[in-house]
Amino acid sequence: MRSQNEFSYGGDATVKRPELGKEISDQDWDNFVYNRKSLRGKHWELWQHLSGCRQWIKIQRDTATHEIFKTLKANEEIS
Amino acid sequence: MTQSFRIENGGLINRDKKISFKFNGKNFFGYEGDTLASALIANGVHLIGRSFKYHRPRGFFGAGVDEPYAIVQLYRNGETEPNIKATEQELFQGLEAKSVNCWPSVNFDVGAINNLLKMFLPAGFYYKTFMWPKSFWYKIYEPFIRKAAGLGTASIKHDKERYEHKYEYCDLLITGSGPSGLASAYSAAKNGAKVILAEDKSRFGGTLLTSEVNIGNQSGKEWADSIISELKEMPNVTVKNRSQVFGYYDHNMLVMSERISDHLPKTKKFHPKQRLWYIRAKEVLISSGSIERPIVFGNNDTPGVMLSSAAKEYMKVYGVLVGRKPLVFTNNDSGYETAIEFKKNGIDPIILDTRKEPQSEIIEEAKSMNINIKNSYVVVAAKGYKKVKSADIAKISDDKEELGLIENIDCDCICVSGFWTPTIHLASQSGNKTKFNEDIDAFVPGISKQNEKTLGAANGIYTLEETLKDSFEKGNLLSKKITNNDNKISFPNVVEKKSTVHDKFWCVPLPKGKNYKRFLDFQNDVAVSDIEIALKEGYRSIEHVKRYTTLGMATDQGKTSNLNGLQLVSKIENKVVPSVGHTTFRPPYSPISIGAIVGREVGKHSKPTRKSPMHSWHEKNNAVFVDAGVWLRPRYYKRGNENLFEASKREAKNVRKNVGVCDVTTLGKIDIKGPDAAELLNRVYTNAWLKLPVGKARYGVMLREDGIVMDDGTTTRISENHYHMTTTTAQAANVLSHLEYYLQIVWPELNVNVVSTTEQWAGAAIAGPKSRDVLKKLFPLVDVSNEGLPFMGYVESELFGAKARIFRISFSGELAYEVNVESDNGNFMWEKILEVGEEFEIQPYGTEALSTLRIEMGHVAGSELDGRTIPYDNSLEGLVSKKKDFIGKRSLLREAFTAEDRQKVVGVVPLDKKTSIPEGSHLVKDSKATLPNPKLGYISASCWSVEYDNPFSLAILKDGKNMIGKKLFVMSPLKNKIIPVEIVSSHYVDPKGERVRS
Repeated sequence: MRSQNEFSYGGDATVKRPELGKEISDQDWDNFVYNRKSLRGKHWELWQHLSGCRQWIKIQRDTATHEIFKTLKANEEIS
Repeated sequence: MTQSFRIENGGLINRDKKISFKFNGKNFFGYEGDTLASALIANGVHLIGRSFKYHRPRGFFGAGVDEPYAIVQLYRNGETEPNIKATEQELFQGLEAKSVNCWPSVNFDVGAINNLLKMFLPAGFYYKTFMWPKSFWYKIYEPFIRKAAGLGTASIKHDKERYEHKYEYCDLLITGSGPSGLASAYSAAKNGAKVILAEDKSRFGGTLLTSEVNIGNQSGKEWADSIISELKEMPNVTVKNRSQVFGYYDHNMLVMSERISDHLPKTKKFHPKQRLWYIRAKEVLISSGSIERPIVFGNNDTPGVMLSSAAKEYMKVYGVLVGRKPLVFTNNDSGYETAIEFKKNGIDPIILDTRKEPQSEIIEEAKSMNINIKNSYVVVAAKGYKKVKSADIAKISDDKEELGLIENIDCDCICVSGFWTPTIHLASQSGNKTKFNEDIDAFVPGISKQNEKTLGAANGIYTLEETLKDSFEKGNLLSKKITNNDNKISFPNVVEKKSTVHDKFWCVPLPKGKNYKRFLDFQNDVAVSDIEIALKEGYRSIEHVKRYTTLGMATDQGKTSNLNGLQLVSKIENKVVPSVGHTTFRPPYSPISIGAIVGREVGKHSKPTRKSPMHSWHEKNNAVFVDAGVWLRPRYYKRGNENLFEASKREAKNVRKNVGVCDVTTLGKIDIKGPDAAELLNRVYTNAWLKLPVGKARYGVMLREDGIVMDDGTTTRISENHYHMTTTTAQAANVLSHLEYYLQIVWPELNVNVVSTTEQWAGAAIAGPKSRDVLKKLFPLVDVSNEGLPFMGYVESELFGAKARIFRISFSGELAYEVNVESDNGNFMWEKILEVGEEFEIQPYGTEALSTLRIEMGHVAGSELDGRTIPYDNSLEGLVSKKKDFIGKRSLLREAFTAEDRQKVVGVVPLDKKTSIPEGSHLVKDSKATLPNPKLGYISASCWSVEYDNPFSLAILKDGKNMIGKKLFVMSPLKNKIIPVEIVSSHYVDPKGERVRS
């Protein structure tokens, strides 16, 4: 168990960065850069173990209760 | 003064130890074990403050945490603290306290005129009245209201006390040491569970200290004492008094404030004043008891009107009489207990019971003691101004609507009991869905969201036997789940007097033709009429009524007022209380000190301090330091009587003329290794990186995905797959996370590793026309000629035996080098540079000179790369590759970012070449235009150009590209300055960049 203070929030983990060098519409780019759903309930998030091993991880967390359900390594896909 | 209201014996105070204290400058005596309140009452003092809005006289209402009135300013050991409840503050030798909320004195208070104007001060008065004229608000209304309506003064001195934080885990946290807390703690402890039992007061036992009961042939207090001493001996139990669990947060984390030294004249050496406990509990048992609620009647805020339970506590715990002619006004049996206690102390009380013919054991006892009981009677209004002198009483009809003939009887206190309200604050904070219990007219905990259970009176269970049974069982069951032990406790024999049902009566009607104020919220002066007005004006939601009238919004959070407020709203609205609902309970349960929240993170402990390896040299050489993030950097090196301006000018001039050396250790350094390192840089930076040769550095700019510049710096190719990146001091940590994010999440296929080496290398920038001469002396074996080590070149060598990296890079715009050695050798390097540089008149320079040099060169830095600008704005568009894609490139196509008149960095010179331009000033076309004057841009950085000896600034200016040569005005309303200026190129000095390449 590690203290929450060691971790830093890194945004929605379900957002995929568009591929480099590919044409993309304004709308799709806007969606990637700006538009996020502010969900109540289960949410996949990125967190970095900033004051620790420096790994980015994926965490499924309830935004209302802060309960954590699942964690994944950075390279593991959300199923 | 003598303690004329002290009973001859009895109470839990130590009569052998007399304690002297001061209240409002007057000397008094009390005993050890007194609170400030009990000691004042013992001395017959009942006037302690003035009310918040009407400045009506205030006395004591309770005897503990629920106290709404008796708030004082406390003086202890040379420190002062506001918002202290006299009912909670334990007496200590030399204590001093003063009334708040009154001026010039509590006896003669100018603000009391508000009381005469009360018809003009209804609900929402402040909202309605102090609206216009607008200009009056800051200068007249607000200062006046602030002065008139304060609850004390916060000290502006540094708090010398120490506050600690502690983290703890336990199986069961039990909040309150009354019967339910003791019983549950005892059975859980017997099962071997790790238990923390927290008691807010100094004495354990809760209501057992004041009630006439018998448990296992012991008095309530004796039983509590024996349980506590047994618990204290058990290794798996922590017992804490003066410790209030005030907040219930997620995942069963609770926070407790332990007041370790507040009851002492002075904090002991090595002790903290207070300690904040962060407790993770597997299970929480809430045993916080209940608070007596008042009955509402006319002038029910007069000093001398108080809760009947408080009057009893003052007698039983402190041996103090709150009056000699008491009136007990009750709708239930609790008032009788108080009356009986009075009678036992030789005082004849009169009981006014709203009930018609109640019958119970307690009532029988009162009758057998010949106590005067008047049934179906109410107090209509208290009489007296600074203290109750008499009461208007009357018979009330069975339907409780009609008052009989009003009689006036003498009394010096009115003890009120309107039944009991469970303290559900912690349960509610935990997310528990509370429900309304019709039997007790109050909310009780319902469905739990977290692992908590509420016991005893806090759960609406008001008999001792039932409370103990339930609490023993819950403590046993919950601990059994955790420890698998099952040690049954034999249930003790309980003797208590039976009581009968209470009368659901809470508010006395106004007699015809009378307009008494009937207060609901005693701390915020909210009366029945205020709620009526709010509802008349259309406020419906209880949350809105609360905010409009400020009901329950005082520092006591409505502990005595909430339910009566709800009763009133539901009565007027013709709804039932549960459908009105209660307002949200929020932590803290009662005020805690800011010091306890902050803990040890004050002063230099508030954040870490980073120092470069050369720090002690800087200190020895009169450096004046400046905070750069958590780093301490030399701002300038003071010589003689120089000020900042003179010193930085001298340092900067010397760089332009001779040579200077600057500690640049704080720059972020990231080591990048791996076969795909060049590819990573190519994606991260806006310019091309694939063809950078080994032994070369390049300047790069990186963007966020939204196209805004994130950071800039140079990166050097050390070897084939090895790069050394530098970042700005401020962004070092963010850039590392940024790179890690892309490598781990977005492009895991890239084979690259990054690690911070900021603290591994000490850096010195050697800048100025004579820097090459210094370098020659430092590295005699290295060819430092312009051909051997050209601009943006890199070599590795040894500095008198120490491994060194030499970069030919420049921030000052002069011929310059940056030398890095391993941190341990940093000071050695620094001293060597100054030693060999002496003949070239080298001088160290600080961040102020560094800024001057970069500003007049037009090099952008943090003040331009401020999270709002794109490469074009900083004249960095030449570094944006058209060919390749990189982070944030797509965003640069946004309409605003490509606008023809897009903002751009420019230089600004005052026309008089004399007036300094304040940073942050606005640029406008016409200094006399009507407001709002269109703003064309802002000054991002200012300096005194040492090259031209006049002020020079950088600005981000709309259509900057076409503004060169134009005349504008700099406006600084803050400094009250209007300066005519000319817009020039941002590259004010050496615009062609010849010096860095010389």
